[in-house]
Amino acid sequence: MCQVEEEYHEQLERVDRLSLSQKCMKCKEEPAVVVVRAGDAYCRSCFRESFIHKFRAMLGKTRVIFPGEKVLLAVSGGPSSCSMLRQVQEGVGHNAHKKLRFLPGIVHIDEGGALGQSIEMRRKKTSDLQQMFRSTGFPFYIVPLEQVLDLPGSVLVAPSARSDRPDSAYKAAVDLFLQSGGGSDPAGPRQENGQESLLDVHESRTRLLEQLMDSVQTQTAKLDLLNTLRQHLLVHTARKHSYSKLMLGDSCTRLAVRLLTSISLGRGAQLAQDTGFSDCRYGDVVAVRPMREYSAKEIAFYNHLFKVPTVAVPNLETKTSDKSSIQRLTESFVTKLQTDFPSTVSTIYRTGEKLQTACRFSSAAEDSDRCLLCLSSLEPGAEEASALQATLLSERLSQTRGPLSSVPVEPEPAAVGRCCSSGPCGGADCNAGCSSSPTGPQVAGMRSLLCYSCQRTVRDMSSVHHLPPYVLSEAHRRQKRSAMKEQISQFLLDGAEEHD
Amino acid sequence: MSACVWAACVCGTQICYCSLSAEILLLFSGINENVYEHVSMWFTGNMKQLLVWIQRNLLKERPELFVQGDTVRPGILVLINDADWELMGELDYQLEDQDNIVFISTLHGG
Ligand SMILES: [Zn+2]
Ligand SMILES: [Zn+2]
Repeated sequence: MCQVEEEYHEQLERVDRLSLSQKCMKCKEEPAVVVVRAGDAYCRSCFRESFIHKFRAMLGKTRVIFPGEKVLLAVSGGPSSCSMLRQVQEGVGHNAHKKLRFLPGIVHIDEGGALGQSIEMRRKKTSDLQQMFRSTGFPFYIVPLEQVLDLPGSVLVAPSARSDRPDSAYKAAVDLFLQSGGGSDPAGPRQENGQESLLDVHESRTRLLEQLMDSVQTQTAKLDLLNTLRQHLLVHTARKHSYSKLMLGDSCTRLAVRLLTSISLGRGAQLAQDTGFSDCRYGDVVAVRPMREYSAKEIAFYNHLFKVPTVAVPNLETKTSDKSSIQRLTESFVTKLQTDFPSTVSTIYRTGEKLQTACRFSSAAEDSDRCLLCLSSLEPGAEEASALQATLLSERLSQTRGPLSSVPVEPEPAAVGRCCSSGPCGGADCNAGCSSSPTGPQVAGMRSLLCYSCQRTVRDMSSVHHLPPYVLSEAHRRQKRSAMKEQISQFLLDGAEEHD
Repeated sequence: MSACVWAACVCGTQICYCSLSAEILLLFSGINENVYEHVSMWFTGNMKQLLVWIQRNLLKERPELFVQGDTVRPGILVLINDADWELMGELDYQLEDQDNIVFISTLHGG
């Protein structure tokens, strides 16, 4: 924030129309074909080169992915993830200049069930994808979103990360990898040939999933919930097949949208994890975002010019208007900005970068300190001055006006939440204490397990009972645990922590 | 052919094609693809006029998802013969024989 003097000023003017036969700014010979940022026009081959370089430089610079490590690529079929797949494909290929030395696999989550698509249509999409994945030679897994209904509760419990590996460990791993000849193994990525796929989905499962999605009333919350469920399933799939990294194809444009959306949804505390290069909240599976320096435009151009196949998969946002959800509205805002003031998007994105925190996964942090749904750490204590408290306060204040009208006040979750965390009943016998609220005891207790933003999402649901069993049972477990803790707390000295 | 429709437009005695990417086709014809029509007509003009023509003839529903004002909606890329239209004069570009115009949506969900 203290860097307002940075170099953005001069670029803030609208783009001048570029002349017709502009030369590439890099080689200064070939005619330019793409304008990446204001004024940066590249020719075809320089564009390709810089695109590829950026990917490898990103992985090299961050040193998060170790040689020989199993990395699961989440491919939706959209432009960004397909482009990422191409980069990996070329990177591990035989004649790659700077070879990528990890073992890739592919996962695709078929979300057709949440979108009300027919099974025929889903089969067609997945068989297109299957064809594309098979041609890479990597192991792949096509997982229907319905499987989220059968996840184990352990998905929500982050096992502690492998002990933080220092920088020297990276070098050691490289040496070891080279010694073992891993670098020259042509069939490197061919491990077990996981080809888990074609949709064997029971209609009843699809119906349950539909019920879950239908129980969410706003599009904003729907998108948020879908995002959460997808993430859980991705992490679970990675664990199941012992991948320790999950590669996500979020582009810089997408992340800028997410960053602004996160702020408006009250996810400020999670910003760094939501948009940074690596995301350690899942402990043993670390998510990385190597596409985060590419704009959606660069990706679209690259895919078109170099024939990267994509599979058009309609999603919840297809054909919706700008105002259908906060996510969509933010996207339209960001793309408008991008058009009129091209440097602003990268400014947003760089802001996100500054928020990047060190990957500190404290295994000491108890599950109960993490949000049940998004696994981000809950705001420490009830800090008087935190944004969350401020929001809750204003919510409360705006509510007190409510009773003036004759309409009976809807059971406000904020009130319930307050009661559970800091109210007189202290959360313990809250199940009994607040059960007068028509939302039911479980809902009430659940709020205290969620971060502010996930609370909002859950509040938009007509009933939490539609949530998948693993979420409900884990919620129950945590509730029981905190009740027990409460009971024994008076016998403990100094309110000592974690003795249970 | 399923992913790419060719709307053939004839400029005077010359023929030019615009191919519309899969993403935009989702806007055109909804969730079910493969309903694309081949359109051909006599057409002379620049990009601005082409957009008007597309809006009138191809966009049966929600044209605002493709065009805004007299240009494309932000987030939709236009390529003229595989080059960024920003380098080609955008709306003022005069269509020529065998031109290949591609629209690509970068918006999530098309
Ligand atoms: Zn060049
Ligand atoms: Zn949360």
